[in-house]
Amino acid sequence: MTFFLQQCLIGLTNGALVALVALGYTMVYGIIRLINFAHGDLIMLGACLALTLVTGLGMAGWTGAATWLGVALLVVLCGLFCGGLNVAVDRLVYRPLRNAPKLAPLVSAIGVSFIFMNIGLFWLGPADRSFPELLPATNLFAGGGLQFTAKDLLVIVVVVPLMVALSVLVKSTRFGKAMRAVSQDTTAAALVGIDVDRVISATFFVGGFLGGAASVIYGLYINTIGFQMGFQNGLYAFTAAVLGGIGSIPGAVVGGLVIGLVRALSSAYVGERWTGAIVFAILIVILVFRPEGLLGRSTKEKV
Amino acid sequence: MSTPPLGTPDTTGAVAPWERLIAVIRERWDIVALVVLAVAPLVLPPLGGALGGQVTTLFIYCILALGLNVMVGYTGLVHLGIAAFFGIGAYLFAILTVPMYPFQMRFLTAAVVSALATAGVGLALGAPTLRLRGDYLAIVTLGFGEVVKVTLRNLEQITGGMKGLNPVPPPGAGLTIGGTDLGLAFAIDPRWFYYLALLALAGVVLAMRRLENSRLGRAWVAVREDELAAEAMGVSATRVKLSAFAMSSAVAGLAGCLYAASLSTTADPNAYDFNRSIMVLCAVILGGLGSIPGTLLGVALLVGFDTVLAPWADSAIQQWNINSSGSSLLTFSGWRLAIFGVALILVMRYRPEGLVPSRRLAAELHEVHA
Repeated sequence: MTFFLQQCLIGLTNGALVALVALGYTMVYGIIRLINFAHGDLIMLGACLALTLVTGLGMAGWTGAATWLGVALLVVLCGLFCGGLNVAVDRLVYRPLRNAPKLAPLVSAIGVSFIFMNIGLFWLGPADRSFPELLPATNLFAGGGLQFTAKDLLVIVVVVPLMVALSVLVKSTRFGKAMRAVSQDTTAAALVGIDVDRVISATFFVGGFLGGAASVIYGLYINTIGFQMGFQNGLYAFTAAVLGGIGSIPGAVVGGLVIGLVRALSSAYVGERWTGAIVFAILIVILVFRPEGLLGRSTKEKV
Repeated sequence: MSTPPLGTPDTTGAVAPWERLIAVIRERWDIVALVVLAVAPLVLPPLGGALGGQVTTLFIYCILALGLNVMVGYTGLVHLGIAAFFGIGAYLFAILTVPMYPFQMRFLTAAVVSALATAGVGLALGAPTLRLRGDYLAIVTLGFGEVVKVTLRNLEQITGGMKGLNPVPPPGAGLTIGGTDLGLAFAIDPRWFYYLALLALAGVVLAMRRLENSRLGRAWVAVREDELAAEAMGVSATRVKLSAFAMSSAVAGLAGCLYAASLSTTADPNAYDFNRSIMVLCAVILGGLGSIPGTLLGVALLVGFDTVLAPWADSAIQQWNINSSGSSLLTFSGWRLAIFGVALILVMRYRPEGLVPSRRLAAELHEVHA
């Protein structure tokens, strides 16, 4: 029983991380109907920057409050970096293709993903790199059979406030209202005076910022990064977004948690090497039987 | 003597011989290419060695790309897992022929059976998923590709795990014609495989040509251009898409058979991963969606980049002593991914119909832009 609970705990922590990445997919898809293939690789670049900063600042020697402040600084810097990069890519690559056939932006996103991977290859080198352990591995649940360390706490401490902030941003601000309007109907939004391009840029920034934050947590939590990490992690997160209902922000969170649980439980009970197959089989089954996802609304195909 | 600028209608009736030659090549590029490729091994000794093997692989990728082109080019369905079908074909073929299994079929029988079975797998995946919207379908094919790769890797009792299945016997093993042991001939001289792959490629090109203008081929294009309008004209979009899926899978499966036979092993499952799928997709898109010469050119360019241009540029950089520090930034092959990425983006932006566009698709795309 303890073993099962432990796996669930691992799954939920992992899932929170997946959810953070999934938000980046779902927001961009929600607003311009683009599967942003490069999002996973954007996060890989964020992790590169995080590693460079950690090494450059010598953060491995920091202790206590300084470490936590340092991590906060990393989250902000990598968030800004990934957000900015995402906006630049949108401006240079996707914006000229807004009225092109759907295949064009999708293929361009694959192209961007290649370029990011190449940058990551130069940044990290071809081999995987280990990310220093900054946080103590002491168990926070004294006496209990469950293991919950500062690393796990970090994931929760970063992810929960970000999600609260995001839902406030989307639900109760002027920008959030504009974003929802653009996602519902771009033309109508433009007609009532919303600067559509700016809203799209801002959405890319927010999605990228969350991805940057995720990249820092990924480095600190998983402790290994490599230039090819983006593809698989991106795919898991995309699965989560689809599972929750792509375009739906709460859906991405729920989907992320579910995918995290599935991964942890299948690794524990079926075998690590089958995990990928199980996650993608679930993705296919969901798409076949409930393409709108768990929380998404079914959309009718426009003629 | 001044020559008229290109494209000027010739009014004098006197055509310069090289212009006539260019016109012939443009009109009959297929015959010209076939003749050149058929004669090449007889006059170029390197084709009897390792180079011959490389060119054989190039032909096999051409077949694979033509298969993908049915789905992506003609029917407009984005397929991100073609390598999975390539792999299924290769593994089925291996299971039907290797000594480890009791079947040990002849080359042709095994190739036909495994291509048909691959088509069956395509149908099984396509039937439930084809009603999905375009980008969801792309993700399903991607996910399927990953599932296949993981399965091939993990079902060690059946697929041999990372070792793959071998030895796949050469075509005609055990057959003796006119005193020569065919199997032995295939094993010794790579030119046998060269001609076999060339023959298969020519067959596939011919079949695709016939298909393009057939009722089915026009239905594919109709569904791509406007599914609703096609339905209204009595074309069953679901059936048409399914047939495209099956045809694509069958051709990819056939390419897989040739691949396994020419390497005499299935290679390890990583040979059939997402990278392979995406490279073939890049070839089709760069060359020209829905265009047979475009697809062939795209494959030639991509494979040529990896096997000819990149090694040449790397050695040139070394010779000119630019890269004295040995940094990977200053090698050409280090930029491979970025170059492909930029090429994809530029093509999508400025020439979405590809380098050698199909006439129909070019018209369609430019109508959308206007």
